[in-house]
This record gives sequence, C-alpha cells and structure tokens, in this order.
Amino acid sequence: MALKIVKGSIDRMFDKNLQDLVRGIRNHKDDEAKYISTCIDEIKQELKQDNIAVKANAVCKLTYLQMLGYDVSWAAFNIVEVMSSSKFTYKRIGYLAASQCFHEGTDVIMLTTNQIRKDLSSPNQYDTGVALTGLSCFVTPDLARDLANDIMTLMSHTKPYIRKKAVLIMYKVFLKYPESLRPAFPRLKEKLEDPDPGVQSAAVNVICELARRNPKNYLSLAPLFFKLMTSSTNNWVLIKIIKLFGALTPLEPRLGKKLIEPLTNLIHSTSAMSLLYECVNTVIAVLISLSSGMPNHSASIQLCVQKLRILIEDSDQNLKYLGLLAMSKILKTHPKSVQSHKDLILQCLDDKDESIRLRALDLLYGMVSKKNLMEIVKKLMLHVDKAEGTTYRDELLTKIIDICSQSNFQYITNFEWYISILVELTRLEGTRHGHLIASQMLDVAIRVKAIRGFAVAQMATLLDNAHLLTGNTQRNGICEVLYAAAWICGEFSEHLEDPMQTLEAMLRPKVATLPGHIQAVYVQNAAKLFATVLRKHDGETESQAAQETSQLLIDRLPLFVQSANLEVQERASCILQLVKYIQKLQQKNVEVAEEVTALFAGELNPVAPKAQKKVPIPEGLDLDAWINEPPSESESEDEKPKAVFAKEEPKHSRSRHTEVDEKELARRREVRKQEQANNPFYIKASPSSQKVYDAPGVEHIPVVQIDLSVPLKVPGMPMSDQYLKLEVERRQKEKAERKKKEKKKKREKRGKERKADSGPESEEDITPAHQVDIVTEEMPENALPSDDDDKDPNDPHKALDIDLDKYVPYCRHLQFIHVLHIVYDIQGNHQDESKVVVSVIFENKSDSFLKSMEFNVLDSLNSKLQRPEGAGAHDSLTVPFQLPPGQDTHAFLFVSSVSVSIVAVCIDCFLMQSDESSTHEKLDFKLHFTCTSYLITTPCYSDAYAKLLESGDLKGSSLRLEGINMPFHHLLARICFHHHFSVVERIDSCASMYSRSIQGHHVCLLVKTTVSIDAKCDEPSLLGNVLDEIKQTFSKC
Amino acid sequence: MIKFLLMVNKQGQTRLSKYYEQVELGKRAALEADVVRGCLARRKEECSFVEYKDYKLVYRQYAALFVVVGITENENELSIYELVHNFVEVLDKYFSRVIMFNLDKVHIILDEMILNGHIVETNKNRILALLALDKMAES
Repeated sequence: MALKIVKGSIDRMFDKNLQDLVRGIRNHKDDEAKYISTCIDEIKQELKQDNIAVKANAVCKLTYLQMLGYDVSWAAFNIVEVMSSSKFTYKRIGYLAASQCFHEGTDVIMLTTNQIRKDLSSPNQYDTGVALTGLSCFVTPDLARDLANDIMTLMSHTKPYIRKKAVLIMYKVFLKYPESLRPAFPRLKEKLEDPDPGVQSAAVNVICELARRNPKNYLSLAPLFFKLMTSSTNNWVLIKIIKLFGALTPLEPRLGKKLIEPLTNLIHSTSAMSLLYECVNTVIAVLISLSSGMPNHSASIQLCVQKLRILIEDSDQNLKYLGLLAMSKILKTHPKSVQSHKDLILQCLDDKDESIRLRALDLLYGMVSKKNLMEIVKKLMLHVDKAEGTTYRDELLTKIIDICSQSNFQYITNFEWYISILVELTRLEGTRHGHLIASQMLDVAIRVKAIRGFAVAQMATLLDNAHLLTGNTQRNGICEVLYAAAWICGEFSEHLEDPMQTLEAMLRPKVATLPGHIQAVYVQNAAKLFATVLRKHDGETESQAAQETSQLLIDRLPLFVQSANLEVQERASCILQLVKYIQKLQQKNVEVAEEVTALFAGELNPVAPKAQKKVPIPEGLDLDAWINEPPSESESEDEKPKAVFAKEEPKHSRSRHTEVDEKELARRREVRKQEQANNPFYIKASPSSQKVYDAPGVEHIPVVQIDLSVPLKVPGMPMSDQYLKLEVERRQKEKAERKKKEKKKKREKRGKERKADSGPESEEDITPAHQVDIVTEEMPENALPSDDDDKDPNDPHKALDIDLDKYVPYCRHLQFIHVLHIVYDIQGNHQDESKVVVSVIFENKSDSFLKSMEFNVLDSLNSKLQRPEGAGAHDSLTVPFQLPPGQDTHAFLFVSSVSVSIVAVCIDCFLMQSDESSTHEKLDFKLHFTCTSYLITTPCYSDAYAKLLESGDLKGSSLRLEGINMPFHHLLARICFHHHFSVVERIDSCASMYSRSIQGHHVCLLVKTTVSIDAKCDEPSLLGNVLDEIKQTFSKC
Repeated sequence: MIKFLLMVNKQGQTRLSKYYEQVELGKRAALEADVVRGCLARRKEECSFVEYKDYKLVYRQYAALFVVVGITENENELSIYELVHNFVEVLDKYFSRVIMFNLDKVHIILDEMILNGHIVETNKNRILALLALDKMAES
C-alpha cells in the first residue's frame, strides 16, 4: 500500500501540469494538433488513475484545451469526480472545469445535485462560494428546481460573501425555474437594504435585470431605490439604479418628475464620467417619457446637451463616441437643441475614428430640415470625395441617400438638385451601391411628375456617357445606374429632346458587355424610344428619319439576339421581328406610329411594398379548400393522365374556334373597364396619363422653367453646387418679395401699428421650388391593420413577467383592513436547527405615519420568540423602523421551537402601533406555522434511503390527490419546492422523495404517476400534517 | 449584463475566455475570431467601443494583451471600461509577471469579480482573499 502511494507520487512528478502544457503548445507551433492529441491521450491515462491529485491536474489541463476549442465532453464524469473531492484546491478545479464545459445538454449534471447541495451547505464559505459560482454557469431547470430552496436560504447566510453570490445566482434560478420568483421575491427585496454594500449591489443588479424586461412589476420598489440612490456612494450601484429608473419612468411619469432634480444634481457634482453619462442618458429617457408640456425642463435638456458637448469636445475618443451616442437620443425628441451644435457634429465627420464618424452621420440624419438639407449634403459630398476606404465612403453614400429620401422626401425642396446629387454619386469609384442610387432615380422620376423632364435629360446624358461608368470592370456596382437611366429614358421618352441620339446610345455594341438584366431593360426601352421617334415623325410623308430608325434597330438588335442571357435574347428577337414588320409597312407608306405607340400606352403607378400583403381575403374565399377534389387514392396511377387529357381537349378546341364579332368584343371591353373601375386593387391608368400622348397635360409642365440654364451636358462636372446657389438665390428672392409685400402692407397700414421685424427664416417660410406632387404609393382600400407582434415567444424573460403585487399563495398574508398588511414566510434555519426564521413584511395601508411598532409573541410550549439578551419573557420587540404611508419594510424574527413533536402551531402575536396623533392600537394576529416550515431539504442517496425504509422504524400513511392534471415532473417540482423535499430517485412511473425535519425526523414519500402518495415517517403526527399540507397545496391549483 | 470576457494576445490567439451566457463550443471559435478581428484592427486613436451584432464590445489594450468584453446594449460602456482596468490591476497585483501559466488562478479572480454576468466585487483585497487561502493550502 505504502509502495503504491510512493509510486503514485513519483508518477506525478513526471506528469505535465498546466504550465508544461501551455509551454508545450507554444513550442510545437508547427504540429500543434498532433502535440495536443498526444497530450489528450496522456490525460486519458491520468484520468484512469485513482489518485485524485492526478485527476485534478488532468481536468485542469482539459479546461485549458476546452478553451482552445477542443471537445472535452467525454471527460464530464471525471469532472464530477473532481468536483466532489473534499479538498478545496481540487474541488475548485472541478467546478471551474464544470463551469466552462457543462451546459444544459450535459447528462452528468443530473448526478451533481446532491454534491452541489452538500457544498452549498458546507461550513466552509469558500466551498459554498465555488459551488455558487459554478452553478451560475451550468444551472439547468432541474437543478434550479431542486436547489432553489437551498440558494434562497443562503440569501440570508451570515457571511456577506455568500449572501451576495446567492442573490446573484437567484437571477439564473428565476430564468430557469420561474416559479421560484414569487416566493423568493420578499427576501430579494429585503437584500436591497442589506448592511453589506456588496449584497446590496447584487440585489440591485438582479432587480435591474428583472425590471428591464417586466418593469411594471417593480414599480412599487421605486421609493426604496430612491432612498438607495440618494444614499449610495458606489458608482457601479448608482449606475444600475439610475438605469432601473430609466426603465420605470415610462410607466410612472410622476416618478420622472421627482427624478429630474437628484439626477441634475448628480450631473453637476459627479466626477465619474460613467455616472455622468448614465445620468444624462436617464434624464433624456425621463424627459422623453414626460409629456412635452413641461416648459421648465428645457433647462435640463440644455444641461444635458451642454454636458454632452463637453464629452464630444473631449480628446478622449471614448467620451466623444458616447457623447454622440447620447446626443442621438436627445435628437429624437428635442431636435432643436441638438441642431444648434451642427458645427460640432460636422467637425466629427473629420475624426480619425470611423465609428465616431458613423455616429456623427447618424446624428446628421436626424438634424436635417428643409433649410439646411442642401448645406449638410454639400458637406457630406465633400467628405465623399476625401474619404479613404470604400466602406466608409459607401456608408456616406447610403447616408446621403437616407437623409434626402427620409419621410417621403420631406426635406427636399428642389428635386433638380437631388437628381444632380444622384448623378454626381454615380461618379464614385468602386461603390457597391449602384443599385441604391438606381432605385432612388426611379423613385423620384416616377413619383415626382414635375421632375421627369429634367430627370430624362440627365439620364440621357448618363446613357450617352455610359463608357465612363463601365470603362473600368472593377466599377461594376455602379452600372446598375444604367438600368434606371435606360428605363427612365424609355418610359418618359416624350420628354426627350433628341430620342434618336439616346436610342443610338442604347444600342452601342459596348452595351453587350453589361449584365444581362440591364441589357434586357436596354432592349425593351429601345423599343419604347423607337415608338417615340416614330410618333415624332408622324404625319411627315416618306419620313426619312423614321425609316432610318427602323434600320438602326434592325442593324443593331441581332447583337442582342445572340445574347447568352435568355431574357435579353427573347426580348431582342421579339422586338426585332416587330421592327422588321414595321419597316415593311413603312415601305408601303402605312401610318404605323399610332399603333406602335399603343404598345406602350398607359402609366405605371407606384404600389406600396406591403400592398399585396394587405389585400384582405374576400368573404367566402377559403384558401384551404380544394379547387378540384383530389383524385381518390384508389385510382390506379396510369389512369390519371388520361383523364386529364380527356377533360382538357374539348375546352381547347372550343376556345380556339369561337369567333367573336367586333361588337361583342367592344361590349366585353366595356364590361371589363367597368369592372376595373370598380376594383380598388386594379392599378388604373389615371385619366391624365392617357392624354400624355396626345398633348402633355397641364400638370406635367414644371412650374419653374429650367431656363436658369445650367449646362446639362458636361459629363464629369459636379453641378449640384450650382443648384445650391440657385436655390439660395431663389430663397433670397422670395424672401425679398415677401418683405416687399409686407412693406406694401405696412405702408398701407402705416400709422395704425408697427410691425415686428421679420426674424430669421423659419422652416415654414421655405417654399419648394416645384409644385411637387409626390405620388403616394397605392394601398388596397380596405387594407388590414398590421398586427406585427414583435415579442419573441422564446424570450426566457416572458416567464418572469409575474405580478409580484398580486396575492402570493406561498407566503401567508394577514391584512388589517386600511391599516397594515403583513406578509410572512417561515423557513428552517440551517445554522441553528432548533430555530425557524420568520421574515415579515409590514406594509402601511393607512394614510398616517406609523411612528413605532412593537411586536410580541405569547410564548407557548411549542414556540418562543427569540428576544435580545436580558429581556424578560414577555417583553415585546420594537420593530426598528418607522413606516410612512404606503411603504413597506421587512423584519426578521427568530422563533425557537422547543416542541418534542411538531404539529402545526399558531403563535399569538400582537402589534402596537401609534400614529401621528399618538393613538395606540393593539392588533392581534396569528402566525400559522405549517409543518413544512420545519422541514429542511436534505439530500439522501438511494442506498441510504433503502436502508431507512428497511429499518422498519417508519410508520406509513398514504394520500390520493384528486383532479390533478399536470405533468409528473411539475408535480414533483411543486412538492420539492413548496414542501422542501428532494427527489432521491425517479423510476418511470414513480419517484421517491425525502426530507428531514429540523429535529431529525425522516419523511419519505413515494409518489406515483397515478397521483397517489405513499408516505412513511418516524413521527406519525408530523406525517399526517405534512400530507394534509401537500393536499392543500394541490387543491389550490 | 456582461455576455463574455476574452483575453487575447496581439496575434489574435485567445488566452482566456469566459462566457456568461451559453454559447455552443463550435460557435465560440468563430465568435472569438470575429470579435478579435474587429478589435485588433482598430487603431490607438479610435474609441474602445465597437458595435457588434446585438452586443457592444468594450476592449482595452495592455502591452500585447487585449481584454475584450461583450455586453448587452443596456450596460454602461464606461463602467465596464473601468472594470477591465480594475481586473487588470488585480492581476498585476497578484502575478509578478506571466499570467499565461496560471490561467486557473485568473479564472478564480474573474469569478470573484464577475458572477452571472454582473459585477460582484471590485475590492482588490477581497478579490484576492480566496487565492491567499489557496496559496496557504498549497504550501
């Protein structure tokens, strides 16, 4: 034996420890995988040895390997072995490994329940601590259920080190086993006032986390937090509390008003930037939740903005970043106060840090107005030119477009300017956002009718200079723009000055190198242009130009017919045939223009993207019903196709042979038109659009003539600036005119009154350059309201949405109507088994202030109130606090129980209260002690359990529960949780459970899925009472 | 709440990782690589907060060592930034030089400071109390 031990320790000397492993991996850079696999082999050998030190060392190394990404789940059982070592150094290694490697799917976790329970109740606080830490990482719903009571007890441990950990772990337990929240809540609340700041902070953390998800349940804690906020000096805790208030204020505006003052004080006084930042954030949140009719709060906003400005101006990039982040929150509700700092934010665009620049861009998005849009975009365009790196430049590009297009182009007063901005953006090298620019061009050209003439001219220029965009193959993204250009030129070709030239540009051989979908649009729109050209030369006899056009198409289209892209090929050959036919007609001097134009008549209206989804299902339409009954299964398969053919054939022949005379056709057309007119879902051609081809409608003439001529056909030259200048001039002119008018008026009114001078130009004064009729997107008439539910059903926090103010079935309540509300809970005391702890919450329901309360218990044979030393047997305890109206607080009472046989007892208590008028009142009440209170969850191994049953000391009894229909594991969970039992073993249809009273009586249960309980105990009266209580618990549900 | 904490060297190798919310082993490597790439690529003059998916990352560089913390969006960036510094100071106090070979001890320190994704202790002496005990047991 001795030899074996010596041999073991010599072996150990040659084992690699973690340090060797780390060093070894470093030294084997070339064949790391191979080295590690040999290490794993060694570890496997080490794990087979009996020596726990060797095993712990091996597990320690595995933890490192796991971190490197190696699967070590095969060693889970060894980890459990090391966890159960009695030596702390090894136990710690085991728990560390478990916390890193275990997860809900790890099956050996089942085996750990009793070990963890043992460690939790260990006299060594570090054993308990390490178990708690480990548990926080791998707690499963089962563990949470089984250990909830133990951890709850630890929340009142004597050592703050344990208390704070237990409090934090409870949050994980709540998540995994939501039922535990309600009974644990009173104790959690009481920890907010723990004498140890660490425990306090832990409780604040947990409640913050709970309240973030379901704030309304925690509103009642606001006064307590308010007190904490004004008393705590720990910044980490303050930050959490302030955050919590941020979550609560939207629910309780009065709270917000109260908060502003202390928060502003903190903002003024604190030197900690993190706290300052949090305060500013919360003040913003509070002000957002308050109604806007609070004029005196503009000072708070000003203060926040000022402080944020200081942050943004700081040389510390972190502060700068956070300042911008917070600024964007203010922007949403108080844009005016932020807008005055435009200069600062524009400066941030020059920052070296990309994330700061992006934040600044976000801010600019919200800062634009009709007045400053052009100026801001001009600055951004300069940045686009300077920007390094395509990602940032692309970001700039999208932001420019976002800024301009936001809320339906609300801020754009001059669409010519916008189109020219878009055209300028096409000159960006290497951007990925050609598609975005293209969709903007299409959007504007379609929806702003007045701009079409200008847009078409610009697009024609683009098409003409397509080589600039496609010249470099790397600039592929941008050629998407040509898609839009071609479509716009085609669709609105009536605005083209020289359609022939554009047509020529669209049919250049170079086009064949463009992506297929763009070519397809080119071909299709070439046909539209063709129609336009024909119409232009309509009426001219023997029009040379029209015939030339046909010839051009016939010459160029074959190139596209050969295209590998099916879409291009199909369209090209179709149109080629058409043109050939037209050419024939032309040669016969037949008027064709009108008919060709008719091919493309009608206007496309924009349809809202959601329109299709919103179409309600008509009454009586059942989408699940079969249109044709499916063939019965008995039919043999080869019969089916026959039947289909036989049915279809006559139909075909009929339709082909029906002759319909002209009259009939006209009648049908009329009927169809009528139908369409009545159908809200049919996209109609507006009456004006049909006129387009006869004579352009009045509304198509731009209100402002573009005779302020800007050279349009200078490719490669930015021109939006010129529009900016023109716009400024225009506004000045307008302003001057307005002033003139005002002066005129004044002159007329002279002598009567003096008018105030016109202040700076306000937003409303700016009139758009165009009568812009933005066509709104069509939606079906009776669109269904959207019912988007953005709540995630899988959110674990949903289960924690428990109204904690509601009746708590597991704590007992006593209520003296209008005066005092008492909630109490009784738990066995782990530290001293002759005592039970009664925690009591007093809540003052009256309107008056409770100055002092005394609490007394008439001691009985069974129970005694633990009084301070020196106090007489009948002295009462003074409750150490005063109660303002509407508040509640906690007290602890230790009651020692000296009964030999425990039965449910009642303690007679009375309470003295006095209010402001110094009236005294005595309230009598009874605390009902259930037997469950005396049971302590105690682990029991199955062999010990079997022995206990065999010993014959226990007397049996049984119980049937009626009308229970819950899953078996829920039933077990309830018994475990409410009656302090633990599951010893579970075999298919039954489970054995165990618990022990504080006087050491054993209680054994055998619960069957048939919901009958066989129970055994060495104290019959205890057993009877426990069974009665179990029955009661289940009768409540 | 803190989602994870990583210690990474300049080459981007993970030296220590701690997750406060279960992440599959297979996905950890990808996540770490992604996170580290995002932080290492940043220059000194750029700020220490990075938005990453639905997290925020707070990182700090100490010589060749990066500490990266992933937090939820409701966490205060600056307080975490200070926490990282506090953590490194504790490490500095306990280890004379190389911490690489004592990763289990670093874990202990970390577990004393952060539990369940929340800060539990920031006092250096109290954090190191457990390790002092451990040292006594070893000697």
